[in-house]
Amino acid sequence: MFSIIQSMWLTFLHAFHKRETIQYPEEKVKLTTRWRGRIVLTRDPDMGERCVGCYLCAAACPVDCISLQATEDENGRRYPEFFRINFSRCIFCGYCEEACPTYAIQLIPDFEMAEYDRQNLVYEKKDLLIEGEGKYPGYNYYRVAGLAIGGKKKGEAINENPPVDVKSLLP
Amino acid sequence: MATLYIDNKPYEVKAGKNLLETCLGLGLDLPYFCWHPSLGSVGACRQCAIKVFKDETDTRGRIVMACMEPVADKQRISIAHPDAVEFRANVIESLMTNHPHDCAVCDEGGSCHLQDMTVMSGHNYRRFRYNKRTFQNQDLGPFINHEMNRCITCYRCVRFYRDYAGGRDLNAFASRSNVYFGREEDGPLESEFSGNLAEICPTGVFTDKTLKEHYTRKWDLTMAPSVCQHCSLGCNTIAGERYGELRMIANRYNGEVNGYFLCDRGRFGYEFTNSDLRIRQPFISKFPVTKQQVLAEVATDIKKGKVIGIGSPRASLQSNFALKQLVGADRFFHGVSDNDHNIADLIVKILKEGPIRVASMHDVQQADAVLILGEDLTNTAPMLALAVRQAVKQQPMKKLAKANIPAWHDAAAKELLQDEKGPLFIASINTTKLDDVATATYHAAPDDIARFGFAIASCLDRSVPSVSNLPGELQSLAQRIADALSNAERPVIISGASSQTQSVIRAAANVAWALHKKNKNTGLAYTLAECNSMGLALMGGHRLNSAFDAVMNGHADTVIVMENDLYRHGKAADVDAFLNKAKKVIVFDHIVHRTVEKAHVVLPAGAFSESDGIVVNNEGRAQRYFQVYECHEPIQESWRWIVDISKFENNVGMGWEHFEGLTRTIAEAEPLLRDINRVSPPASYRIAGQKIPREPHRYSGRTAMLANINVSEPKPPVDPDSPLSYTMEGYKGLPPSSAIPFFWTPGWNSVQSVNKYQEEIGGSLKGGDPGIRLIEPNLKSTLSYFTELPEPFVPMKDHLWTVPLFHIFGSEELSVLGDAVAKRAPQHYIMINALDAAEQKLSENQELAFDVEGQLYRLPVKISTTLPKGLAGLPYGLPGLPNVELPAWLIYKK
Repeated sequence: MFSIIQSMWLTFLHAFHKRETIQYPEEKVKLTTRWRGRIVLTRDPDMGERCVGCYLCAAACPVDCISLQATEDENGRRYPEFFRINFSRCIFCGYCEEACPTYAIQLIPDFEMAEYDRQNLVYEKKDLLIEGEGKYPGYNYYRVAGLAIGGKKKGEAINENPPVDVKSLLP
Repeated sequence: MATLYIDNKPYEVKAGKNLLETCLGLGLDLPYFCWHPSLGSVGACRQCAIKVFKDETDTRGRIVMACMEPVADKQRISIAHPDAVEFRANVIESLMTNHPHDCAVCDEGGSCHLQDMTVMSGHNYRRFRYNKRTFQNQDLGPFINHEMNRCITCYRCVRFYRDYAGGRDLNAFASRSNVYFGREEDGPLESEFSGNLAEICPTGVFTDKTLKEHYTRKWDLTMAPSVCQHCSLGCNTIAGERYGELRMIANRYNGEVNGYFLCDRGRFGYEFTNSDLRIRQPFISKFPVTKQQVLAEVATDIKKGKVIGIGSPRASLQSNFALKQLVGADRFFHGVSDNDHNIADLIVKILKEGPIRVASMHDVQQADAVLILGEDLTNTAPMLALAVRQAVKQQPMKKLAKANIPAWHDAAAKELLQDEKGPLFIASINTTKLDDVATATYHAAPDDIARFGFAIASCLDRSVPSVSNLPGELQSLAQRIADALSNAERPVIISGASSQTQSVIRAAANVAWALHKKNKNTGLAYTLAECNSMGLALMGGHRLNSAFDAVMNGHADTVIVMENDLYRHGKAADVDAFLNKAKKVIVFDHIVHRTVEKAHVVLPAGAFSESDGIVVNNEGRAQRYFQVYECHEPIQESWRWIVDISKFENNVGMGWEHFEGLTRTIAEAEPLLRDINRVSPPASYRIAGQKIPREPHRYSGRTAMLANINVSEPKPPVDPDSPLSYTMEGYKGLPPSSAIPFFWTPGWNSVQSVNKYQEEIGGSLKGGDPGIRLIEPNLKSTLSYFTELPEPFVPMKDHLWTVPLFHIFGSEELSVLGDAVAKRAPQHYIMINALDAAEQKLSENQELAFDVEGQLYRLPVKISTTLPKGLAGLPYGLPGLPNVELPAWLIYKK
């Protein structure tokens, strides 16, 4: 008997609490920056594609919903020829972002992706690639990698000496 | 046997080996870089450090390199001792100080020995604060990509390339931490085995350039065990597919056949499967049609017409047999030139009825004296040439035992033996790449080579007909060779079909038989023309010219040609007449060629990667290749087309439906092939109730790769023909040796994981090396020596005796259709001796018009000082060069 009254009292008190319900979509949800929502591909500070097509995101994905094909431009810079995420399978676990060695793939605070047709949940590179650096500004993978690409020759990366002259006999 | 205590646990191990291979053989993990089972130990990288203790009371021990220390009985060692662990961690840390931050863009990543060893040694953070050294890369040609920054200077590349494969143009330059591995200047690597650098290099310095064109990580490939289709040796390969395209060929270890290596034609020749020339749908009179339409058309043709079938030496036993069954045994013809047909029959007769067991490639490697008659191995059977290069080291190696040096101790062995070489004698038409390690060479016309062979045989056994009027120095050379072969413990005689002369093959048999009377360890090996030439010869069928006659005389009017370009096997004029006369020409093939262009009906057959089949190599070893991936287009194996046709025709079918039923039918019908049932495990084979997955467990993109077509994933294809599945689900342990789709064990992602699949390091695979030998010698043979001694070759005025010259890149039909191999193929030419050129007043590259057997040619001249006078060399099988049956006389046209 006492416990029933106590429950009714507690329920009654909730009528005076601050409302959790918001008037979505008129009112937008406040999401933190690290909220794991829609996946994007970002660009480096020089506006080059950050993704180098290393396949680590695809390997890390527990539902195998990422597929891509790496290719190379005429200067040896790697980028994805196609990059596809099947969001109808994605569980937004963020493993792809953790695996990415170049900060290319990032999960952003956006969940408004609902579609009437499931086929529309298949995102291609044009749907994923954004014109910005996303959450990690300043990082440029090719500036620390040893590979020469257009605009960066051997020995010009950070922490690199100029190429060795193999014909030199100097100590 | 010895008892070895590793971390206080006793193990029974083989004495005489080194501690590293012993530990790896026991399944223990010990990191290493510079050691390789076929290169031996040099102790350069210091990575395999372990502790050795004096006795059980010794707690301090001392650190040694496991690869440099032989196993001793009652020895106590420790892999897990903290000192050893720390030592290894320090070594890898210093090796990694200059390694670039490249893994994401490195093709080795995911199958990288350096990654595996770094993880195994526990190094994960670069503490070294200073700059990294960098190098400029070189362009090493169409096969190998060079990224020198990644080097950890283990020296495996030059040790393989120079010491093992006999290459000269890759070397180590500069000194200290600046050591550079490359060529003196940019340019294609000259060795035919350069592709192995991609697997030998533990890092990403040398990687597969053809894979780079359509790069895929190893974990993303759908892989299946396959067999190389580009020569008669049948090297075992792993073929990998992604997105419906063949992406890569890697070595599949087989202790008896190819061991750890492949030649470049085998490794890079796969590109033809992705070529624009592929036939991807059925055609009737050059118009694309559906599967049903083409089946209806062919079924009516077969019902109405008088049908003959022409098989192929590059199609599987299954496809050839299915055709034979469809048209009837008396209407089945081998699709090879009559000369090739006779040679293959002769070789089968010698091997089956003679007393000598065919030498496998492993046997050739172990041989301590080798005689090659009439064969340019580097260009006709490249991996056999690599085996011969190892054989010349065998004789000097006998000194090692006396000096108390174990054979695996490469550094000490090289110091002792220097450049010493065992006996290798080569009698060939022109110089060969093996001449640099040969004791003596003899270049002559095929008939003279045969006479020389007879002379050697008669030196060995007086009952072989002796050769009269042989020049004195040749007679003494023959005697010298006979002596060297008699003194050897395991001599091997190698000959083959490329000289296109039966007498050479007979001469080789005579030498081997004569030797066998003295030494039962004598080996004999013949190379053949194509990957299933031997299988076709074992199957029986009629000659190609009889097929031509049958149509020309009206005994047949409908021709089924299976996976064969007749223009490569017959004279163009004859084939033209034959195809024009036939009322209906039905061709099964996977690639467009001249015969396909003349066909009325074309059915798209699967290339080796899209098919299941068994081929028989030169050793008589039947080996199965498995389908790598299912095709979406109406492409299927020729044998599957045949069963479809027969079902359409009579609703009964052929009495078999799938691979297994067909293989059983072959085993019952063909007495020489009765053992092929045992080549691979049956389709119902399961381990713990599971199939064997074609995909590694990290395979990615399953739910996205086809999502652009339809977001609902299709069901994975079902494989009714094998115990392999097209998915990543299945048994994760060791599969049976004949069905290993890829090598992987925990912690070992690179190909070095093969150590865990072997009975002992460098030995056979667990469960025995794959393949079933169909030819066993007749030990009670009563075969007497061949007596058909050819006449000596006499040059004819204004004529040249034209012989085929083979090229590793170019002479084989399929591999040359790929871009990378095509780039290495030579231009058309006619090679003549400098004296003949002077007589005709010809200069290098001058165009020469000539006639061989009625076929007109106009080719630039290549002048040679090594090709014997009176001979001309015509490159064999180059695309666009008309075929003619050689050897034959060339007549100058003015």
